[in-house]
Amino acid sequence: MIVTQRRTIPPLLQRDLARAISAVENRHGSFAQAAASLPASARAVPAYVVGITGPPGAGKSTVVDRLIENFRTAGETVAVIAVDPSSPFTGGAVLGDRVRMQRHAGDLGVFIRSMASREAGGGLAPTAQEAIRLVERAGFDVVLVETVGVGQVELEVVSVADTIVVVTVPALGDGVQTIKAGLTEIADVFVVNMADRPGANRTAVDLTHMVRESGRETPVLQTIASEGGGIDALFNALVAARGGGGANAARAVRFEILRAARDRAARAALAQLETPAARDVFNRLAIHEVTRREATDALFELFFPEG
Amino acid sequence: MPIKVLVAKPGLDGHDRGAKIVARALRDAGMEVVYTGLHQTPEMIVAAAIQEDVDVIGVSILSGAHMTVFPKIMRLLNEGGGSDIVVIGGGVVQAADVPKLKELGVREIFDADATTQELIDGIERIVREHGRSAARAKLLEAQPAS
Repeated sequence: MIVTQRRTIPPLLQRDLARAISAVENRHGSFAQAAASLPASARAVPAYVVGITGPPGAGKSTVVDRLIENFRTAGETVAVIAVDPSSPFTGGAVLGDRVRMQRHAGDLGVFIRSMASREAGGGLAPTAQEAIRLVERAGFDVVLVETVGVGQVELEVVSVADTIVVVTVPALGDGVQTIKAGLTEIADVFVVNMADRPGANRTAVDLTHMVRESGRETPVLQTIASEGGGIDALFNALVAARGGGGANAARAVRFEILRAARDRAARAALAQLETPAARDVFNRLAIHEVTRREATDALFELFFPEG
Repeated sequence: MPIKVLVAKPGLDGHDRGAKIVARALRDAGMEVVYTGLHQTPEMIVAAAIQEDVDVIGVSILSGAHMTVFPKIMRLLNEGGGSDIVVIGGGVVQAADVPKLKELGVREIFDADATTQELIDGIERIVREHGRSAARAKLLEAQPAS
């Protein structure tokens, strides 16, 4: 048996990386400052970023856990950015994705970081992109980005990943679900996980038809991630997709620019909401002097006088 | 910025209902809680704490193994460069052992009778006193730009 040399990342560099991620996550100083706290890596090529997305409970973390093993066996260092949801009410979060990945805790070639989604609504954390750049700078070869459990429209992972895996499970709906817009459009690989459950073939067939009818060649794979079944085929599909995907790169750039523009507009609007003129509208709304619709219209006119 | 806490459940003890209740209570208090599941070794706990860059490690321990688990966690934290991460414990610890654990650097031991509110207040106070964010921000600024 050929044993590939397993590269590792030194523990103190991992600690510095962890702190640099905290700094950007909590917006202590700029990204450039955080990056400068890490030695520039000797990487010749950018890290390979794989996005893993899909509905809650589909097995994303377990798939990630298995993929870590495959990439490690191939001699690569692996970082995981795993995002779990923040409460919109308290801001708190339970970050539980590590539970499925703890067996890699002793391996210095693996770095796992959980991030709360905080105010972001697209399935990632607001500073996930920066965190990915930092793990890349620390020298990791592969970055697996696990989104929060998503529905149909949280597609932010598009802006960070070279290749996207959509993990689903049998019997989440009929064939019509596969032709709806959103999640199914961004997959580079479909995985029907828990393939030992009833309806797995039906789901895979529905997806395969959808793919063919869209003129795409997206692989549709079946896995039983808890036992490792089908993971080698998924790994091979990811290796095959590596380095391709020029269209994905263009899509990522486009998505990120639009997101940045939306973020700026949202911040500007938030600032506007604190102006005396806006507060006056809220005060009048509170005492029922204006209706909700009138208040919205008044604020709209205030913010966007050009219409 | 939310306080980040690792809720750790070491050893052979197969019950994590209490740890999960704590995790949810801390979440409801606005904290970001990393939960790693049952049967964690000190090595796993420390690796997770450092990679996650938590403010506090909360170790839930009911098995009586505290005098072996805590010294190991403290030693590994020091070796891994995470000695500024606060370690607290909760569960069943004989009163006579509490001073010994504090001597090792364990910041606080919460009795099994402590309410979740006492735990929340305790963590908030400890993080306030410890002043973590300022210390770490300074650490970052002290790095030479390359």
